[in-house]
Amino acid sequence: MIKVDFKNVTKTFEGRIEVLKGICLQLHNGESHIILGQSGCGKSVLMKCLLGIIPITSGDIVVDGISVLDKKQRRQYMRKFSVLFQGGALFDSMTVLENVEFALNQINHDAKTCRSIAEEKLIAVGLDQNIFTRYPAEISGGMQKRAALARALAMAPEVIIFDEPTSGLDPITGGVVCNLLKDTIAGTGITAITITHDLKVAEFLADRVSVLNKGHIEWTGKESEMSRCGNEFVERFFRASKGIINHRK
Amino acid sequence: MSFLATLGRYSLNSLQEIGRVFIFACTGLRCCFAPPFFLREIIHQLISIGFYCLPIVGVTAIFAGMVLALQTYIGCARWNAESAVAGVVVIGLTRELGPVFAGLMVAGRMSSSIAAEIGSMRVSEQIDALRTLHVDPIRFLVVPRIIAGITMMPFLVLIADIVGIMGGFLVSTTVLNFAIGSYINQTVHSLEMIDVISGLVKASVFGFALTILGCYHGFYSDLGAKGIGNATTGAVVSASILILILNYMLTALFFGI
Repeated sequence: MIKVDFKNVTKTFEGRIEVLKGICLQLHNGESHIILGQSGCGKSVLMKCLLGIIPITSGDIVVDGISVLDKKQRRQYMRKFSVLFQGGALFDSMTVLENVEFALNQINHDAKTCRSIAEEKLIAVGLDQNIFTRYPAEISGGMQKRAALARALAMAPEVIIFDEPTSGLDPITGGVVCNLLKDTIAGTGITAITITHDLKVAEFLADRVSVLNKGHIEWTGKESEMSRCGNEFVERFFRASKGIINHRK
Repeated sequence: MSFLATLGRYSLNSLQEIGRVFIFACTGLRCCFAPPFFLREIIHQLISIGFYCLPIVGVTAIFAGMVLALQTYIGCARWNAESAVAGVVVIGLTRELGPVFAGLMVAGRMSSSIAAEIGSMRVSEQIDALRTLHVDPIRFLVVPRIIAGITMMPFLVLIADIVGIMGGFLVSTTVLNFAIGSYINQTVHSLEMIDVISGLVKASVFGFALTILGCYHGFYSDLGAKGIGNATTGAVVSASILILILNYMLTALFFGI
């Protein structure tokens, strides 16, 4: 069953800078889909278009039959998503616990329920209780990612988006976060979209991979087929990610 | 020709910017009258503006009052009109110096801080995160600051008026050898209710202007450290200029000049 359907999506800035060029992509219910690409290829813009934060120039994005363009069903559309942002995007003025509680407050839980769900989610992502009352600036990047994941999961989304989940983290913490994401996807069965340039993350999390290049999808398929897919850019991206770099090209 | 083209482009960009600020201000003001309200944020901003700006406003006001008394005395002495010092100090402070100095000091402290805070929230995707949590960033970030600006500025100006008058009183009675009783008497007799009210209305308007410009520059700051730096500078400069322009317009409105 199709969960998210990108229908020939284009995005142009200032009428001339075309960042997304006719994106057509269908994501299935419960699938873990990776969007791979170089820096500046339009991955983050694609994510913001999907979330409705940036309006698309043409085409449509449909999630469970609801269009991103349908203003009447905007809240229902947005309610389907949660995002784990690149830097966590925890609110500086709130403690870790308050960050999760604040998210829960927006979906009309009472204060007591908010507190118990928030604590439960924070413990589920492996944070100690002594972290709960700390502010984001007082904890490490890995802990911030975990807290942000707890906040995202607390919203009980149907589609979760991970934006560069391991960027800025050391390899060990990155690995821990990746495992946490994999367990989350397996445990909840929700549709996951991971935006990254890191092939290792794709190998670890992907059911399917789409490779984005200069605003259009070069190839979509299983990660294991990337090295022999027949697309020059995708194979080059694969080789470069594996450390086989041809500097002349 | 290229000079005219540059001038035209600059003028159009300026008009576009003014239009954007106006629309932003209208949106912010409209949201002030409709729920949901984020009470915790409102209280936090009330404290930020009302309490933390108190020391700089107080220090500015006391020295403004002292120097006003001194200069007025020196000027009035040329026409043997020294007795006008108390009246000039109290009217000057309540009508003009209190609101304008407080407005400029709070603009320097709060507009820049608001622009930097919202600008860095934009860079770190916290504003996008708000949207994904179904929270309108205008209601969460702008409305509490507008409410705090509009309500706390009159309070600050009232304090500035009192402290400034006390500064004038101190200089007049200790340095200029005015009799305490007659100085107080002249102060009370010179002061009219419209002087205080006009100052407090000005304060509210300045509070709105300095918060909305801080929010606007933060919301539309460029990314990166330079972008946030430009946003804070832009917020303080534009808020200070707008305060001076609004001050003239409100003075003309209140006193029918």
